Amino acid sequence: MDATQVLVTVIGLGLMAFVAWFFFGAPHRVGVAAPAVGGVQQVDIQVKGGYSPDVIEVQRGQPVQLRFYRDETTSCSEELLMPDFNVRRDLPAHQTTTVDLLPQQAGRFEFTCGMHMLRGSLVVK
Amino acid sequence: MPSAPDLLAPALAPPPAAGPLHTETLAIEGMTCASCANFVEKALARAPGVASAHVNLATEKATVAFAPALTSRAQLAAAVEAAGYHVATAAEPAAGGPPAAGGPSDDELAARKALAYQALRRRFWVAAALAAVIMPLSMLMLWPAAMHRVSEPALNYALLLLTLPVLGYCGREFYVSAWNGLRHRTASMDTLIAVGTGAAFLFSLAATLGPQWLRAQGVAPAVYFDTTATIIALILLGKVLEARAKVQTSAAIKALLGLQAKTARVVGPDGRETDVPVADLRPGDVVAVRPGEKVATDGQLTEGHSSLDESMLTGESLPVEKRLGDNVFGATINKTGAFRFRVTKVGTDTVLAQIVQLVSDAQGSRAPIQRLADKVSGVFVPVVMMLALLTFVLWFDLGAPATRLPLALTGFVAVLIIACPCALGLATPTAIMVGTGRGAAYGVLIRNAEALEKAYKVDTVLLDKTGTITQGQPALTDLLPLPGHAAADLLPLLAAVERRSEHPLAAAVVRYADEAQVSNLAATGFRAVEGQGAAATVGGRAVLIGNERLLREAGIALTPAAQEAAAGLLAQAKTVLYAALDGQPAAVLGLADAVRPTSAAAIRALQAQGLEVVMMTGDNPQTAAAVAQQMGIMRYFAEVLPAGKAAKVQELQAEGRTVAMVGDGINDAPALARADVGLAMGTGTDVAVEAAGITLMRPDLQGVATALALSRHTMRTIRQNLFFAFVYNVVGIPVAAGLLYPLTGWLLSPMLAAAAMALSSVSVLTNSLRLRGFKPEA
Repeated sequence: MDATQVLVTVIGLGLMAFVAWFFFGAPHRVGVAAPAVGGVQQVDIQVKGGYSPDVIEVQRGQPVQLRFYRDETTSCSEELLMPDFNVRRDLPAHQTTTVDLLPQQAGRFEFTCGMHMLRGSLVVK
Repeated sequence: MPSAPDLLAPALAPPPAAGPLHTETLAIEGMTCASCANFVEKALARAPGVASAHVNLATEKATVAFAPALTSRAQLAAAVEAAGYHVATAAEPAAGGPPAAGGPSDDELAARKALAYQALRRRFWVAAALAAVIMPLSMLMLWPAAMHRVSEPALNYALLLLTLPVLGYCGREFYVSAWNGLRHRTASMDTLIAVGTGAAFLFSLAATLGPQWLRAQGVAPAVYFDTTATIIALILLGKVLEARAKVQTSAAIKALLGLQAKTARVVGPDGRETDVPVADLRPGDVVAVRPGEKVATDGQLTEGHSSLDESMLTGESLPVEKRLGDNVFGATINKTGAFRFRVTKVGTDTVLAQIVQLVSDAQGSRAPIQRLADKVSGVFVPVVMMLALLTFVLWFDLGAPATRLPLALTGFVAVLIIACPCALGLATPTAIMVGTGRGAAYGVLIRNAEALEKAYKVDTVLLDKTGTITQGQPALTDLLPLPGHAAADLLPLLAAVERRSEHPLAAAVVRYADEAQVSNLAATGFRAVEGQGAAATVGGRAVLIGNERLLREAGIALTPAAQEAAAGLLAQAKTVLYAALDGQPAAVLGLADAVRPTSAAAIRALQAQGLEVVMMTGDNPQTAAAVAQQMGIMRYFAEVLPAGKAAKVQELQAEGRTVAMVGDGINDAPALARADVGLAMGTGTDVAVEAAGITLMRPDLQGVATALALSRHTMRTIRQNLFFAFVYNVVGIPVAAGLLYPLTGWLLSPMLAAAAMALSSVSVLTNSLRLRGFKPEA
């Protein structure tokens, strides 16, 4: 093994570790619903390479309005799935799409893009 | 307009209570950090009339509650501008006020999708055209005669210029999306494409700009512009095909929505007919329908009669007769007669709207079989990136010094490009979407993906006799006139009496008479005898119809002929009625819950699918045995009380069976819920039977066979898709990494990897679309 190979190996393994840390160790951005007019818990979510916030805390038994603003045109985020609420919705680019829910059970409910790569969760308390 | 000093005025008093507050959302631009957000929030909060302001940095939005009497959106925007930020002018339609249901309309969505598709196609054609030039140019250097005439640096610069638009225009979205993802520490398909093509391009750029420097490092300055351009062109081709196929997977909902009538001809109080949009219809309106027209909404027929094509809702291909008082449904087509109906349901209450809702709910649900694929796709991209890095390192360490860098680089790019999480992601949902849509076309409404998946595993079908095998209501099966009487003479008299009665058995006699189209006579002196029958005078003759006790108490003795006829009917487990005319027995009537004409064939079809069909009924064992034999059913439960139905389901499940329970959804909800899959036979008015996983729009057992066959087809498709998607990645990635090279000398060109990747998701989609060809086995 020459010096270049050692260098490439070290950098390569370092990058692998970095990739694992970067993607799997990403912190969540927690958003708490803001109670709006009429007791509806509103949350604004930006969809751009991911969901921010990607953890949304809401109260059980009160209507929730999730307002997804898709700030990109890439097709990866064009669909929104919330299987626990039977929601499959198209998110048009540069537009707000509202999803209205009434969470009756406490728990953690995942929402994803059409292909389950972008993820977020709705935490019902 | 508040000026900057207004905003900075110290300690402005809390906002005065000036009428109701209005909430508005402003899209703020130019915020880069949390302190910016704080600053904007303060600027807004200090503006006069503002009760509260909340700024979300992530969404770049400010939610402001203010008194409209004191300030306005424009003034709030000015406050933000004064603070050094900008308010996006494009106000969102849904901001502040009540949200339009689900945002933009379907038409708008469709138009936007069409535009996006056009743009995608354009980008693909530009990429394809440029790649078609770049490819042969790159190969020039492989041609010895050309090698000496063309300057390599000049050619490389030309290739670079041609490749730039492919990256910057055609493939721009991949890089933008990958960058957005990286900012959120998420990775998608686009990340793989961006890193793969980006690496190939950057190396080629270095080789073009500084070939001497690379040579000095012992690296051959090879360029991969053809690879970069071709990969982008092929992936765009895959996206174009995918977009086309995806439109078709959701076509079922669109088709259902397209069934909706646009206008209705409303009959005014003065009898004048005016065309009004369907959205303006209100319950109670009277609507006129001419032959060939679509029924605008759900209602009850009040005038005229006709036959209606209800196939779009129920899958029933034969027209359905509609008479006075019958329900008619929106989107069905009037065939022959003209009629009027009173609107009973509009908008989201109609059967069509409920079907659309149910199908779209089902399409948004998750199938348990998908769980593994979901888990895999969640970690897929980062894992592939690590594998690509590992490929690079291994080739670099193990390859011969002269070739190690090109081998490492192509291996790295090929791994990134061939990996296709999309195929995994599309495998299940697309099949569910096509399958549930196809079901709706045959009047089989599937509540969710889980029901579809469970239906696939069913090995035993438990039928509740009443309402499924049979009509669920008594029908007059035998009218036996006693000697000296004729059925044709008796029927109008009996019908005249029974028309006045409200008893279910009376209704059966009336239905029979109506079908025979007997003349309508007037009955006078009608008298109902509780638990016995009814009496009246028709055309001057005293008519009596009821049970034996009614005749006995009227002092009418049964003749031996009457007794004999009754015994025969009782032996067939039929209910017997007696009729008397002017104090003399005149006829014996047999009534039974008639078997639906299609039941026997449907049960045979189920048995042919390899399912065991079991019947349960409240009837006595003799009657149950007779019906079971008639239907070709080997196993049955007799004398089952309504409360014991769920226990029978459990009993079968305890035998290790997966049970589909078929009921009418009225009094068997616990059994439907208890079964692995509950199938409710709809009555056409109640689409979403809560307890049932599957609702059949048509009262026909054939629907059960269709539903179970459809679930098998769909699940088979899903399995094929998942198998293909997993195998594709499990085989493709190692081959791309060069695993076969030591054995066979094979290396996968990144361009071939791109072609494979483009085709993989299209193959999955195409396989799902094959379900559109599903036809029930007749």
